[in-house]
Amino acid sequence: MYKLWATIIKDARVLWRDGVGLALMFVMPIVLVVVITDIQNSTFQLINKNKLPVLVCNRDTGASAKQLVEAIKKVGMFSVSDLPKNQDEKAIADSMKKNDALMSIIIPADFTRKVMAKSKTTAGKALTSFGLQADSTQKDLGDLEPLKLYYNPVLQESIRLSVKGALQSALQLVESRQTLRSLYFSINEKPLPSKLEDEMLNNKAAINDIPVAINGSLKPPNAAQHNVPAWTIFAMFFVIMSLGGSVVREKVSGSFIRLKTLPTNYIVGMLSKQIVYVGVTILQAVVIFSLGIWFFPLINLPALNLPADILGLLIVTILTGWCAVSYAICVGVFSETHQQNNGFGAISIVILAAIGGLMVPTFTMDTSLKTIANFSPMHWCLEAYYDLFLENGRLSNIVGYLVPLVLITLLLQLIAFWGLKRKNLI
Amino acid sequence: MVSNELAINIENLGFHYPGNDGVTFSGLNLKVKKGERFGLFGPNGAGKTTLLSLMTGLLSADQGTVQLLGHDVRKHSNKVNALFGFVPQDFSFYQELSPVENLEFFGAWAGLSKGQVKKKTDELLTILGLENVRDKQVDKFSGGMKRRVNLAIGVIHNPSVLILDEPTVGVDVQTRHAIINYLLELNKNGTTLIYTSHQLSEAEGLCEQVALIDSGEIIAHDSLTELLKEHEKDSLEGLFLELTGKEYRNDV
Repeated sequence: MYKLWATIIKDARVLWRDGVGLALMFVMPIVLVVVITDIQNSTFQLINKNKLPVLVCNRDTGASAKQLVEAIKKVGMFSVSDLPKNQDEKAIADSMKKNDALMSIIIPADFTRKVMAKSKTTAGKALTSFGLQADSTQKDLGDLEPLKLYYNPVLQESIRLSVKGALQSALQLVESRQTLRSLYFSINEKPLPSKLEDEMLNNKAAINDIPVAINGSLKPPNAAQHNVPAWTIFAMFFVIMSLGGSVVREKVSGSFIRLKTLPTNYIVGMLSKQIVYVGVTILQAVVIFSLGIWFFPLINLPALNLPADILGLLIVTILTGWCAVSYAICVGVFSETHQQNNGFGAISIVILAAIGGLMVPTFTMDTSLKTIANFSPMHWCLEAYYDLFLENGRLSNIVGYLVPLVLITLLLQLIAFWGLKRKNLI
Repeated sequence: MVSNELAINIENLGFHYPGNDGVTFSGLNLKVKKGERFGLFGPNGAGKTTLLSLMTGLLSADQGTVQLLGHDVRKHSNKVNALFGFVPQDFSFYQELSPVENLEFFGAWAGLSKGQVKKKTDELLTILGLENVRDKQVDKFSGGMKRRVNLAIGVIHNPSVLILDEPTVGVDVQTRHAIINYLLELNKNGTTLIYTSHQLSEAEGLCEQVALIDSGEIIAHDSLTELLKEHEKDSLEGLFLELTGKEYRNDV
């Protein structure tokens, strides 16, 4: 036991004096988690809280065009600004740039006239089908000229399609209102009462949108809930810079060889490194989670809410740390130089993070990438954390993620052991 | 005091590196008695370090046996490892740590208790003149001071056999003098010394028994006095040049 204790003390001292390694393990992830959360929070706010700036160029002076503009404003997702009706395409493009608007809608000059004509035609057809006499003086003015929607190409297709859907809905409302009025007037020879009009047009089934959570918690996820766990995993895997470097240093300096001539199994050395560095990864998680809970609100970022299952959180954190440490030892054993360890280590972690879903969610990946994601230990760590942080899951819900994580960890341990044997280091 | 017991007994040793890259041994025999001060010398690439690695069990022989104090070095590695100390040519310790911290760690790995480590650490740091820098990080030390730390780690567990691979390379005269005197003191107290170096004048003052090795073969092995007499030489360097030649040796 004294051997293990002395080795733990030695490893802790070596780590404590590795200033660059400590900075990489603590300062870099802290900066990363704050910056990425802030960026994602701004995007989140832009999409979810801020209204999309839209310019409307209404070239028509009629009632239907005004109703359409009102309907667009009532959609709720747009911040509408009016443009002079005589602006050409170039002037509209300039106005979009000047006003930071991502879209502009052009209502054609004869919009009201054509909506009226179309509604009268539709009402007439309806009356005829009821066996009543329709207004035969109404001329067909042809199809409605389409609304024009100019958009900035940076706008995501999904947002553009949402906007088109909202516009269609506003347009439908205007057309339906006019058709209803025409129909009512034709039958009753008096205008449709506004109360009845409202009842008929607004009598839609309600939609209640409810976020899904495994255990019934309805705390809405925010940028902190998404980013803090993800970048904590990334930080933990960055122990490779210090731990992998320490393994390389022991090999290069000949310490491994000297240790091999002493009556102690090198397993003690490996066990000590794992204890010390798993401790470091837990400390990283504590520091980053604490930042999320207490520091984020001070800089106007959403606070991190810890999951209800703290035991589950602790187990995921320990297993993630153990996997990160095993990976670092494995890379350290096979690296001949610090450059190899640091270069391969850093790049491989970024790749594992990318395919593991830390940078882009796995559900957006194609099937082959989703399959590859299963080989990234970070994927399993992230899924387990997300179940706890976003869906308020419990330990029993995440066992399915922890089993592959432990298997990958054991495989890394075996590979490291085989590498040490093969290189005659143990 | 030299006894008839063997500290090292190598019989019919066969060894080659993978792909025959480097020195090869075939049927090599070597005996070193307990309590001897034995020097192994040879040009670069002759096989000195490889032979020391085979004696310490760091490498495995293809054939034959290597025994240290009667124990097969590969079969009883833990028992053998407690009996010998190894001072490698490289600074094989943690330069981020102080001498005390290094000795605490390596002492524990050598099987000493916490109390034994403390006692031996204090003793060694005093003997080797490192007392006033005991808590300073080694990476700030001079080459000579690092050599003394390297030596202290090798002897912390009072080994019966001490194997030294060029223990004085790159040190000043004072440090060399101190190290050699300390080694002689250890030998007086019964430690067998197995030493290799290119400092032949230094070796003359340290070694009683000498073996010259070249291309994986022992080409001479006797007491230094007998070898000098036999070859009518007055120095180990003269003997060395006569037996191994004056050509450059490129050890790649």
